[in-house]
Amino acid sequence: MNRILAVDDSTSMRQMVAFTLKSAGFDVAEAEDGVAALELAKKERFKLVLCDVNMPNMDGITLVKQLRQLPDYKFTPLLMLTTESGPEKKQEGKQAGATGWLVKPFNPEQLIATINKVIG
Amino acid sequence: MNPQNQTASETKAGAPPPEGIASEYLTFTLGSEEYGVDILKVQEIRGYDTVTRIPGAPDFIKGVINLRGTIVPVVDLRLKFQLADVAYNEFTVMIVLNVLDRVVGIVVDGVSDVIQLAAEQIRPAPEFGSTVNAHHIIGLGTIDERMLILLDIEKLVSDRDLQLFEVH
Amino acid sequence: MTIDITRFHQTFFDESFEGLDAMEAALLRLSPDTADAETINVIFRAAHSIKGGSATFGFMAVAEFTHLLETLLDQMRSGQRVTGPVEIDVLLRSVDILRGLLNAARDATDVDTQAVADLSAELQRVLIGPVDGATAENAAAAEPNPEQKTRGWRIRFAPYSGLFASGNDPLRILAELSRLGEMTVQCNAEQLPDLPEANPECSYLSWTIELLGQDISQGDIAEVFAWVEDECDLQVEALVSDAAAAVTESAVPAAIKVEPASRPELQLIEGGRPSEVTPTARPPQPAAGAEIKAAPVRAEGGSIRVATEKIDGLINLVGELVITQAMLQQLAASLDPVQNEKLLNGLALLDRNTRSLQEAVMSTRMLPVDFVFSRFPRVVRDLAGKLGKQARLLMSGEHTELDKSVIERIADPLTHLVRNSLDHGIEPSDQRVAAGKDAVGTIRLSASHQGGNIVIEVADDGRGLDRMRIMAKARERGLSISDTASDDEVWRLIFAPGFSTAEAVTDVSGRGVGMDVVKKNIEALSGSVDITSETGRGSRITIRLPLTLAILDGMSVRVGTEIFIVPLNAVVESLQPQRDQVRTVAHQGQVVRVRSEYVPLVALGELFGIRAAVTEPEKGILVLLEADGRKIAVLVDELVGQQQVVIKSIEANYRRVSGVSGATILGDGRVALIVDIGDVIRRCSMAVAA
Repeated sequence: MNRILAVDDSTSMRQMVAFTLKSAGFDVAEAEDGVAALELAKKERFKLVLCDVNMPNMDGITLVKQLRQLPDYKFTPLLMLTTESGPEKKQEGKQAGATGWLVKPFNPEQLIATINKVIG
Repeated sequence: MNPQNQTASETKAGAPPPEGIASEYLTFTLGSEEYGVDILKVQEIRGYDTVTRIPGAPDFIKGVINLRGTIVPVVDLRLKFQLADVAYNEFTVMIVLNVLDRVVGIVVDGVSDVIQLAAEQIRPAPEFGSTVNAHHIIGLGTIDERMLILLDIEKLVSDRDLQLFEVH
Repeated sequence: MTIDITRFHQTFFDESFEGLDAMEAALLRLSPDTADAETINVIFRAAHSIKGGSATFGFMAVAEFTHLLETLLDQMRSGQRVTGPVEIDVLLRSVDILRGLLNAARDATDVDTQAVADLSAELQRVLIGPVDGATAENAAAAEPNPEQKTRGWRIRFAPYSGLFASGNDPLRILAELSRLGEMTVQCNAEQLPDLPEANPECSYLSWTIELLGQDISQGDIAEVFAWVEDECDLQVEALVSDAAAAVTESAVPAAIKVEPASRPELQLIEGGRPSEVTPTARPPQPAAGAEIKAAPVRAEGGSIRVATEKIDGLINLVGELVITQAMLQQLAASLDPVQNEKLLNGLALLDRNTRSLQEAVMSTRMLPVDFVFSRFPRVVRDLAGKLGKQARLLMSGEHTELDKSVIERIADPLTHLVRNSLDHGIEPSDQRVAAGKDAVGTIRLSASHQGGNIVIEVADDGRGLDRMRIMAKARERGLSISDTASDDEVWRLIFAPGFSTAEAVTDVSGRGVGMDVVKKNIEALSGSVDITSETGRGSRITIRLPLTLAILDGMSVRVGTEIFIVPLNAVVESLQPQRDQVRTVAHQGQVVRVRSEYVPLVALGELFGIRAAVTEPEKGILVLLEADGRKIAVLVDELVGQQQVVIKSIEANYRRVSGVSGATILGDGRVALIVDIGDVIRRCSMAVAA
């Protein structure tokens, strides 16, 4: 099973992402911030992690850094959902170990296309 | 809420039914006259209970009762219509009405039956000859030899003189 | 596949409004000297989420406006811009605009476009500043070269050895490229060390790719490599002619030519070195079977939303249960306690359980007073700005809980009191400084439980009430007041209808709502208002409210055959007066002397037009009641007892009855009226004055 972890503090975005992915046949777990995501990731090996950048408690950049420290996530695709199309955030994310990003706003079709590209 | 306004918007409910379609009326007596009230407005019929008097209320408002947890005012129509002989005993009957989203009990001399009246059996109310204000009457119904005064109960209970509801 | 995302709109609106509340609260915490990074971050995150969501769900007006806001916040967050009063102010107003935009988006109604445009322009003006960033980013890479006539592209792609560590996979990139057009790939394994030395976590290969297709833009290619552009050497050149396109195979030794295929299967064969081990371009896969069953996703908080009607239905049912229980108790009172011991024990248990159940159900209607308090930081801030005063608001006891309906109904009176404090109480800074006070005034808003009541106080350290001015004003209005009246009596004058001490009607307090309305509203909640004040030191207004409007601790009294309920909190004492304690004052009815005080006396039966068994005070019982600082002695036939009663509305089916605040149902099923003490006292004092 291709299980994906969706991390976003915005409930509507998280629900939208989760619903879209489920509709595309993926199994999805949700977390509302970096801390919760890291906890889940330690218990279960997700095939891919999609995370928002700006989140309370632990932001997406830190989450990516922390995940990369885990042996199970050394090579796992970690995608950032970002509204910042500017280079700094992407750069920061990449340096933290992110695989890539998806710029908000995106529609469900774009989301699925990207996910399929990475783990399809 | 302003009951006056509501009456205006709900006059249809009080109007006589269109040609050919029969409506049902609960009939009751007040002194020597027989009255009818739209059965759809009747919630229940019960015996007269102890009422709790309300300070400052007119005498025809007997007070309030507890109807399964709701405080319901009771109007003695016999007093309202100034009948001479008003007694309270085990035969005294109260009709609980549901009018304009409110519950009101009316005390009458006795409940007779439920009858059907078609529109053609109902004549407009005359301007005189009854103890009841013509404004509160839908019309006069005749069935066999009986004559029924059909009350427009919404107009009656929301009447300013009855002082049942807040008048703004 | 199309996915209907409108189903997430409600969630989006809910969280956005919550976000705005959080933003507003954080902005109010933010003052230029306390601009801490985390608070700014909270604000930024809220704006950021609203922007992301609104763009995703297609509310473009919201997204565009939030974008401006976010830009400003980002500058503040990164320290490029100071968090000054101008910024805070424009951000606060932006919150209002955003609320409007979100409301309009939700309800599909019109927006005040002028207001939005105005504030957008203002935000733009604020944004035009010293800040300039790397806005011309990867334009070179991302910007497609518009009219370059190419037949395809040659791409040299040499990932750095650490590429896998970012979760990227060269094969995925090649596969993606192949979707763009006809592709030829040569793999260069030159860097690949001998297998024993090769680190499987590193990438050693590089590729030269020819991608044929006239409508492939440079941007398309840049997009494929966007995630890895910093993790590889990448050269992209246009193939403009056959000659230029020629790839000399000899230049790339040990390469394998892969024929274009719809899904290119790349297999690596090492140049002349057969090997049993086939290195893969994929990162090492974890051992299978290591999958752990998914941990359950965190439960959604500890609360659920329930419609108020459901709760009220429950409260009504419990009310019925309490009445039934009281009825059983009453019936059981006549039973022989020895013979019926078990039954009576059971009833006692039922009594306890019923009360616990009632309390538990009542508590579901309780909300923290914060629901009202939270609006005041904004109120004070805006108003202080408007009045040119400086004030801080200190709040305490925000978590004190009280009945939802009470909360809803104290909001307006409280707002009026807070505005009053700021408008009339707090002096302008220069006056404060001249008086030796802190230039910044303080308004304290507090809530606490005291006994069965909740006490809310609005206190300020302003100028206090002016005794002389109030008295002058009162006389002007024709209110009688003696020169020797106590301060308390003078302060109470400001609750008289139409009384106002403001020298000029400001748009702040002069809203046609006076303290008399405040008092009336509080009293309608069975509460009371008190004032204390000290000239030059400030005033304090204390509101006392019952915890709930649904239950009342009452004393039942009998007059004739009727039972009335008197709110216990109004009862001072009850007494059986001696004949010489009662005096008749000419034209003013009777008074009773209680210790050194003369208290007006009224017979409840007379007041309510009921025939009482007792008409002479010394033969009945006097209940001494107090409300609004005034006392009254009420004559009744007998005290029946004390009990908690469930308050029922008379007005649901009848009209308001003067002197009566509601009704309850007694143990025997009869209705008893609840006496409205405040109203009775008012009526009696009117009678006395007449």
